[in-house]
Amino acid sequence: MIPAAFDYERAGSVDEAVELLGRDEEARLLAGGHSLLPLMRLRFARPSLLIDIGRLDELRFVRDDGDRIAIGALSRHADLARDPVLAGQCAVLSLAAGQIGDPQVRHRGTIGGSVAHADPASDLGTVLLTLDAELIARGPDGERTIPASSFFTGPFDTALERQEVLTEIRVPKGAHGTYLKFARRAQDWATVGVAAVRVDGRVQVGLTSMGATPLRATAVEEAVAGGASPGDAAARATEGVSPRGDAAASPEYRAHLARVLVRRALEQL
Amino acid sequence: MKVTVTVNGARHEVEAEPRQLLVYFLRNQLDLKGTNVGCDTSSCGACTVLLDGESVKSCTVLAVQADGCEVTTIEGLAPGGELHPVQQAFHERHALQCGYCTPGFVMASVSLLRENPDPSEEEIRKALDGNLCRCTGYHNIVRAIQAAARTGA
Amino acid sequence: MSILGNRVLRKEDPRFLRGEGSYVENLPLEGALEVTFVRSQLAHARIRSIDASAAESMPNVQVLTGADVDVEPMVSPPPFGVAAGISRPLVARDVVRYVGEIVAIVVSEDRVTGADAAELVFVDYDPLPVVVDVHEALKDEVLLFPEVGTNVSGTEGPQEHDETLFDGCDVVVSGTVESQRLAPCPLEPRSTAAEVGPDGRITAWLSTQAPHGDRQGLAAKLGLEPEQVRVIAPDVGGGFGAKTLNVEEILVVWLARKLGRPVRWTESRSESMVGLPHGRGQHMTFTIGSDREGNVLAYRLESLADAGAYPGLGSFLPHLTALMASGVYAIPKLEASSRSVATNTVPISAFRGAGRPEAAQAIERAMDALAAELAVDPAEIRRRNFIKEFPYETETGAVYDSGDYEGALDLALRAAGYDELRAEQRRRREEGGPKQLGIGLSTYVEITNGVGETEFGEVEITEDGGAILRTGSFSHGQGHETTFAMIASAQLGIPFERITVVKGDTDDVARGTGTYASKSTQIGGVAARLASDEVVVHARQIVADYLEASPDDIVLDPAEARLHVAGSPAQGFAWEELAARAAADGRLAELKAQHEWKADPSFPFGAHVAVVEVDTETGSVELIRHVAVDDAGTLINPLVAEGQVHGGVATGVAQALYERFAYDEHGTPSTSTFADYSFPSAADLPSWETVPMETPTPLNALGVKGIGESGTIGATPAVHNAVIDALGHLGVTHVDMPANGQNVWRALQEARS
Repeated sequence: MIPAAFDYERAGSVDEAVELLGRDEEARLLAGGHSLLPLMRLRFARPSLLIDIGRLDELRFVRDDGDRIAIGALSRHADLARDPVLAGQCAVLSLAAGQIGDPQVRHRGTIGGSVAHADPASDLGTVLLTLDAELIARGPDGERTIPASSFFTGPFDTALERQEVLTEIRVPKGAHGTYLKFARRAQDWATVGVAAVRVDGRVQVGLTSMGATPLRATAVEEAVAGGASPGDAAARATEGVSPRGDAAASPEYRAHLARVLVRRALEQL
Repeated sequence: MKVTVTVNGARHEVEAEPRQLLVYFLRNQLDLKGTNVGCDTSSCGACTVLLDGESVKSCTVLAVQADGCEVTTIEGLAPGGELHPVQQAFHERHALQCGYCTPGFVMASVSLLRENPDPSEEEIRKALDGNLCRCTGYHNIVRAIQAAARTGA
Repeated sequence: MSILGNRVLRKEDPRFLRGEGSYVENLPLEGALEVTFVRSQLAHARIRSIDASAAESMPNVQVLTGADVDVEPMVSPPPFGVAAGISRPLVARDVVRYVGEIVAIVVSEDRVTGADAAELVFVDYDPLPVVVDVHEALKDEVLLFPEVGTNVSGTEGPQEHDETLFDGCDVVVSGTVESQRLAPCPLEPRSTAAEVGPDGRITAWLSTQAPHGDRQGLAAKLGLEPEQVRVIAPDVGGGFGAKTLNVEEILVVWLARKLGRPVRWTESRSESMVGLPHGRGQHMTFTIGSDREGNVLAYRLESLADAGAYPGLGSFLPHLTALMASGVYAIPKLEASSRSVATNTVPISAFRGAGRPEAAQAIERAMDALAAELAVDPAEIRRRNFIKEFPYETETGAVYDSGDYEGALDLALRAAGYDELRAEQRRRREEGGPKQLGIGLSTYVEITNGVGETEFGEVEITEDGGAILRTGSFSHGQGHETTFAMIASAQLGIPFERITVVKGDTDDVARGTGTYASKSTQIGGVAARLASDEVVVHARQIVADYLEASPDDIVLDPAEARLHVAGSPAQGFAWEELAARAAADGRLAELKAQHEWKADPSFPFGAHVAVVEVDTETGSVELIRHVAVDDAGTLINPLVAEGQVHGGVATGVAQALYERFAYDEHGTPSTSTFADYSFPSAADLPSWETVPMETPTPLNALGVKGIGESGTIGATPAVHNAVIDALGHLGVTHVDMPANGQNVWRALQEARS
């Protein structure tokens, strides 16, 4: 189907994008377009203005920044899936990026676009939340750092102000772990996803599609810290969590999958 | 607005509405009807083309996003009459029936083999998870890609 | 050496590989108006009013509603057995009965404007109660057609049980199989274009499976003589039974006449998901009874069939289900019955298999259930009950032409390594790990050319000694341009490369019935062969005249492509020579013949073995192997035949493990896009292990049956049985399809409680 009409501007810099966002309340940023354009084709999203930041190559990088890995927001999923720095230092992020959609999607979709879009079924948001990543945003008042724990505020809703552009994501070095994604078909969104990582000796666990946002399975983390076995810790995966039911799964089945996948992820650590 | 794009080696400067998808730009502005539209949720891959050498779903790219880029469509794979090795392999392995999904699969396969010249069957199948076919059951498509890989396509 | 039986590469491939397919959407049509349909978002409602003023204020936009459409509603032909009083308006007038029903037509100069305008057509509805569940529909509390007084749109077979049916049985087992609603999903969405010529004659380009039938239908609906309508089906991107004349095609042609300009329309995928009819939708209960040794004595199949909002062919398909209810087994007492009900959903029609998959799904489940009850191996129980002599007439009146069910099963089991698989299954059960192995069988028979149809073939020799074959069959992926050319080549001796198959244009091909019901090779291919033979008879006459001999003394040497005096090869003509000379003498037109071939149904059969790995913790199922033996008689082109089986099996597996078109209780579809509807990709399926087997039919000179739907019919029950087999030791006896994920988990939960 055909999107509703909109105006289009190409931003030559982040600051220009910030300024353009200020002009129009219904403006949206366009990066890879693989979160936004599908919604626009079905006319579920109808921005009045699209600000194309897809050419800002300065936002496409993966760098060893000393104590963290810095990832440019316009890094594509395909880039992250095969990045050698990530492979050595934060392979769980590559693993998750490589499971998104299909190769064509991964050639276009960006980490910044995906994370800022904040679909509760998105994989990268969960991984970033689990890693306690930092998200760097630039707005009219300058730059600020948003911890992942405050970033995801609701379905398709983040802590980003209307005029802010997500520019960079920072993840810890040496964080090892896994991302398990359960889906009906290979190309599907996660019915349930589980990220489990060891960061600075701590085991941290995150859940995809178990709530309105990606979630940390804090009860599980507590149990592991207290010496529980993977099975016992995983039994607590659904504490404080109320997953939704939809065509893919009932709430009870999601809850069950979460427990199984958390156990399996912990066993892999 | 004006979109300047090189398609199959030929440079074009054409007016396009911002909301025009690349697939419709190719089909309607440039009269390249080989790239098909099979769905409206970026699921089926029938619209797959190469954008700066990589496979993309042209239904999920705005024409304006392709400004200044190089696009290869099915028509541009093998100019001059001969078939590209991937096309030839599809023919020899009976990897097409109604043909509607075929351009998308061929372009996806070309991109796959560029990134992974010697894929295992599992890698091939995983790499095709964004392309749907109702006719072939995929078996011969996988065989065709394996054959094309062996010929160094 | 005959070309038949060879793996000949397809002539039609180059244009598809180059992106030069002539799908309707690709065809230029000067000055065409674009049509966008406005469709109901409510499942059942009265239309109070339609406000199109905002839409019509857009430049050159026109909106028409049901009141403007002066074409009679569609009524199902009497053989479908649909209750009188049920008819389907082309555009809803007072009531909408399913989400997706057309309520208004937007006409615009371009498609983008049409999409924008369609959003501005505001329909005011009075919602009515909705019925989606077939059991609820049976209660007749919410009626779709109050004037009819019931939702029951058709019945088949005895509507009351014979209580003595299972007398004498030592064991009686019952169960249910819901053959869930599926969407056909041809990759090409429909596209239609129509133009009225200066002489008033209509040309309609349709994405269809049956151009001639559609021409009859269009003419009848619009009050025209068939000669006033030309239908061109160019390249069509798949049909699977769903692409038959529907309301949209009639409306586009009607609009072209009404508006005096060419008109075209192409549906989006989400439109197609509710615009094309759906398949399956039969809720079946089986009861099977046997003696202690597992010899089946009686079988009852009852089906409650969902016909959708406008019952049509879907109301008739249970007849085919009943006909094939006993499958490959000699069952002395049989009772097969069904009721079809209307619901506020997309109408049900034919989809790859069309009524026969349901029969196989039920009987194969029944056999496995019986095997489990008797603790007999599922292969063994089948052996004890196979029909062995042919022709065989079943209790339902189906006359199976030829078969070798035991042979098919043996081949399949050997190819699968059945004993090793059972050993592996035992090992895994002993280990008790989470991933268990399941092995599922199906042995099936199916009916092709099910209503015994006729097909047309015409062969014409061209001046350069080549040939044109005009066929009433219509390949939309099945490869007739290759296989029918092979058939003609084998009869004429003219090289395959010099034979062109023409199809799809009702001006080019005098008559035809199209392609569906897996009938084309056995009637269209045979008609081509017979027409070829007739041309040879005429050619022998002409050669006889030229050589002043008797036609009885003239023979065709196909290998040399030459007609000559018997015993004297030098005295004769190569086809090119004969054609050239005949043309010069004004006799070329004699080298042309038509033939129509009508045949009874034939009964391909086979055996499938599916191997699944079930993750008993998550319920996830992976099909790791699938062996398919599909015997459709003589294979003209094994390469093409295998492709048909591959595609058929994939669809059969998709029903077993992935797909289900779902509605919520308000009648709103929850799977109306390719993102929600689980149409599997290559990443979700394994490679197929096909094993050749050919048991010719005596019904035609080629010995061919039909293979297009066999893979689908054989595959679903094998995979379904495999999943249940994987979990049998855990007490599971039933899993709903798609037998994967949540449905498996539920079954495990129930077995544990």
